[in-house]
Amino acid sequence: MTKQEALFNYTLRLGDTSLILAQRLSEWTGHGPFLEEDLALTNIALDIFGRAKSLLEYAAKVENKGKTEDDLAFFRNDREYFNALITEQPNGDYAKTILRQAFIDCFDLMFYTELSNTKDATLVGISQKSIKEITYHKRHSFSWVKRFGNGTEESLTRLQQGFDELWPFTGELFEMNEVDEVLLKDGLAVDLSRLKAVWEKEIGDLLNESHVQIPESTYIQTGSRKGLHSEHLGYILAEMQSLPRMHPTAKW
Amino acid sequence: MENKETIRNLLHQIPDPEIPVISIVELGVIRDVLLDSKNIEVIITPTYSGCPAMKQMEDDIRKKLIEAGFETIKITTVYAPAWTTDWLSEAAKEKLRKYGIAPPEESTTDKSFLSHQPKNITCPRCKSKNTAMVSQFGSTACKALYKCNDCLEAFDYFKCI
Repeated sequence: MTKQEALFNYTLRLGDTSLILAQRLSEWTGHGPFLEEDLALTNIALDIFGRAKSLLEYAAKVENKGKTEDDLAFFRNDREYFNALITEQPNGDYAKTILRQAFIDCFDLMFYTELSNTKDATLVGISQKSIKEITYHKRHSFSWVKRFGNGTEESLTRLQQGFDELWPFTGELFEMNEVDEVLLKDGLAVDLSRLKAVWEKEIGDLLNESHVQIPESTYIQTGSRKGLHSEHLGYILAEMQSLPRMHPTAKW
Repeated sequence: MENKETIRNLLHQIPDPEIPVISIVELGVIRDVLLDSKNIEVIITPTYSGCPAMKQMEDDIRKKLIEAGFETIKITTVYAPAWTTDWLSEAAKEKLRKYGIAPPEESTTDKSFLSHQPKNITCPRCKSKNTAMVSQFGSTACKALYKCNDCLEAFDYFKCI
């Protein structure tokens, strides 16, 4: 694998993870539990769509085949997508959506802080921009997890259910393959193995404070690094891509 | 002959599409202008990654420069250094306040900002400090929603980032 191929795949992985998460979050627009939360999730989705645009724009540049970020978003099939599996999981209720967001915000803040110290100027710039936004997102998701955990029996039961469904997908966030190996040699990627323990500690503290029971060991679901997804991604792409695929020459 | 200063003055006439009382120059979005006879490159940076007004700003810049006689116009987006509310001038903050938006009350290098304990925000209408945050997220990406406990009005706060 060449450095260019690795950087293309790595940037796609980051861009796809942002794009699919933002698409999932935007499903809440107009359906939030109350107006302020509806606006909050819509704003968060918008920030993450913005990050996806910057990353896919860069991926297209690295690939150097004359494509745009829209070509990459709308004209690839599920097997060509590399988003983390956790992002494509159904939203469920608000507790599950917020918990998924807390898992990812916690990971993203660590990840993009590390990425801002690597050697690719574009990825560093996008990271510096994202860190400011993720800090806000994380404050929001963490405060809601605590409120659900310390609210009523009902809110805690729902938080625990969301946790049970999402937890097997968290291990994959730290998975590395040949892409990471190639880039790490040149200081262009983040060593994910170094983030795992810090993430587990911080999330463990949050869950303890929120009275969520964590199992001692869990089966870890993986696949996205190879383009293998759950059945949910196909439906997301069908909705997201149908219009541009039907009218490929349409201009915004 | 146009120079950087006259171009900045020209761009200063373009209002922020969402907050029309301040210009895109005052907002800090214009990072640099590169000139070469009839070719011009404007370097911009987004306020927020997903700010939907960025495309509008690009179109407005292009239109303004075409009107001024430029033929080749290039607009380049950069992400570093990341945009910060520290770049808003005091004059721009005063314009926001008069418009009904509470301007950022601190610098990103303040101790209170770094420890995430924001100062009490002053109500832009009655100047009371007895205010409370309703939501960290407001009508646009750059604003949070507050309410004043004295005059009971809700207001936007331009978030400090």
